[in-house]
Amino acid sequence: MSKVLLGSRTRLAFVAALALVLVVPAAASARTKAPAGSAASCELSVFSWWTGGGEAAGLTKLIGIWNKSNPTCQFKNETVAGGAGSNAKAVLAQRLSANKPPDSFQGHAGKELQDYIKAGQVEPIDFIYKQYGLSKIMPKQLISQITYKGHLYSVPVNIHRANVLWFNPAVLKKAGITSVPTTWAQFIAALDKAKAAGVIPLALGEQWTQKHLFETVLISTLGQSGWDKLWTKGGNWNSAGVKTAVDRFNTLLTKYTNSDAGSLTWQDAGKLVADGKAAFNVMGDWQDGYFSGTTAGGNLALKPGKDYGWAAVPGSVGVYDWLSDSFTLPKGAPHRAAAIKWLGFLGSEKAQDTFNPVKGSIPARQDAKTSLYGPYLKWALTQWKTDKLAGSLTHGVVANNAWNASIDTALGLFIQNHDAAAFQKALVAAHGKNAS
Amino acid sequence: MKRIRRWGPGLLLVSPSIVLIAVFVYGLIGWNIKVSLSNWRQAQPSSGYAGLRAYRDLFHDPAWTLDLRHILIFTVVFIVGTLFVGWSLAFLLDKGVKGEGFFRAVYLFPMAVSFIASGIVWRWLMNPAPGDRETGLNAVFDHAGLHFLANQWYLGQNWGMAAMAMPAIWALSGYIMALFLAGFRGVPEELREAARMDGASEYRVYRHVVFPHLRPVTLSALIILGHISIKVFDLIVAVGGKQLITQVPAVYMWIQIYDAQDYAKGAAIATLLLIGISVLIIPYLVFTVRSERNA
Repeated sequence: MSKVLLGSRTRLAFVAALALVLVVPAAASARTKAPAGSAASCELSVFSWWTGGGEAAGLTKLIGIWNKSNPTCQFKNETVAGGAGSNAKAVLAQRLSANKPPDSFQGHAGKELQDYIKAGQVEPIDFIYKQYGLSKIMPKQLISQITYKGHLYSVPVNIHRANVLWFNPAVLKKAGITSVPTTWAQFIAALDKAKAAGVIPLALGEQWTQKHLFETVLISTLGQSGWDKLWTKGGNWNSAGVKTAVDRFNTLLTKYTNSDAGSLTWQDAGKLVADGKAAFNVMGDWQDGYFSGTTAGGNLALKPGKDYGWAAVPGSVGVYDWLSDSFTLPKGAPHRAAAIKWLGFLGSEKAQDTFNPVKGSIPARQDAKTSLYGPYLKWALTQWKTDKLAGSLTHGVVANNAWNASIDTALGLFIQNHDAAAFQKALVAAHGKNAS
Repeated sequence: MKRIRRWGPGLLLVSPSIVLIAVFVYGLIGWNIKVSLSNWRQAQPSSGYAGLRAYRDLFHDPAWTLDLRHILIFTVVFIVGTLFVGWSLAFLLDKGVKGEGFFRAVYLFPMAVSFIASGIVWRWLMNPAPGDRETGLNAVFDHAGLHFLANQWYLGQNWGMAAMAMPAIWALSGYIMALFLAGFRGVPEELREAARMDGASEYRVYRHVVFPHLRPVTLSALIILGHISIKVFDLIVAVGGKQLITQVPAVYMWIQIYDAQDYAKGAAIATLLLIGISVLIIPYLVFTVRSERNA
């Protein structure tokens, strides 16, 4: 009996050992074989989180042009969906630290790229700007705002505007608001009228949209130069100006916004304006795509100028609070020459005027063909040429990830306790810890 | 030699899993603790030793204090609620009901739905919109003339996390019911009969015969619910999103690592979560090992 048992046990052990012997070399050989097949052709791997809506459609058009003019180096579209890019950034961080970079990756232009730059994961690309004449055709302020320690690290493909006030003309008329407010005092007066008319004066969504609103209030209050200074080493967050902005923001939160903000996405909040339940909403200009796009794409198919209107956030007329998607040249890119060509292509008028009308943004270049764009974007294009530029906080231009996260926490607490002094103190502390 | 032949093959058989667990569980726990003590506070890795800096930071961080408060409220409401509902359902089924199998399946089903999916449904049910935009449970209350019950749900300033526990209670009470039902059925019928023969009322049969037998089941249920609660992440993100008002430690860990890229602080939160769960699990393991040895 025991002999039989022993026999079966040894047999089991043998099978287990055999399995190990068989599996390990198979895995090893699979690893060595894989790259041999793909080494022959050049593939340009581009990493982004453009997986849906206008941005994916725009990217597809760009890929079409690229593949036609580069038959030997086809485009390899590497996208990671979800979380407005945060999932993609997590995957990207792993690839970069494992020294397996794509040939080019997407990132918000500005300080959000700083972490990659400091880690030495991306190359300076001033030479691409020179080679393709990009410095001359993009606004000087834009170039200086995305320069880090004297060098450029990415090519902006599009420009979005953050400080846009959206409104429902019919609601304004009903509430007796005869002209769109341009100053803060006019804005408060208009909000009061809307409140008296029984609609939500200012529709608001979840926490990040509240940060977006706070950013535009700061810019309205401090002006473009005051805003710019906040993000330098000598920036003074303890100033009376910041205090005024915090108080203004608090007034908006406590007197003029909907009580269920935390449960609404930015689309939900925008829809309140579209449905005539709210008068105003502050959101980036992707709202235009949501309002005017086709219902098949999940949008509202409204008539721009008639069903909805727009203006700069009161107090910030003449300031363009911008953000931009841009592409980089990672260090150790497998196909560096092709990647350089790709970045030059992205900076071209053809690429920018192909991508942007579809995505619903404007080119960073100042020579766009205006006729390609819809009513809102035509307006934005004119402003882009004349306005002073202020980089966005919420969308990664003026502060790096750590600074943004500290402000998120401070703002999250303020929304709950409305303690203005504590909020300002936390903002001062965040500046002290992160400014450089 | 003879000895090796006795335990050698068995050891060989389990060694792959021992090695895998050693590397991928305990090895990575060790690595996580090392990261939490390091100076890795940005995208690029850094192995500089920073001691307990990340832990000290956390306890001076108002967001972390809030996270602890949130998870405490969530855990208490979730565990008490689930035990109560699960126990009650099991008790009713145990008393005998027609179509028991049907009810058992119905109550168990919510567990098959992922927290993300049920979270999205509950986000709609617990919609805090006021006035004419009212939907979900608030609208139900209003139609039933119970307007005073309409509330802010998970956006409530102080007790929002109690509302957040409702989807979790809904999802897991069926499972706890199954555990308790097995517990009820595990009490030998002879014991109950013996008690009845001695003239015990139905209440006393339960109070003195059945309930004492449920203690081990209750303990298991407590441990299972406790560790689910401390780790909760997907439900919170599905209902509340990434907002401080509903933030819990696991969500903050994600934010610190992927948004702020403060890997040391993220790892410190992970370590504290592990300690929190160990406090629950280890006494349980000790208890089980001891009772098995006695048996």
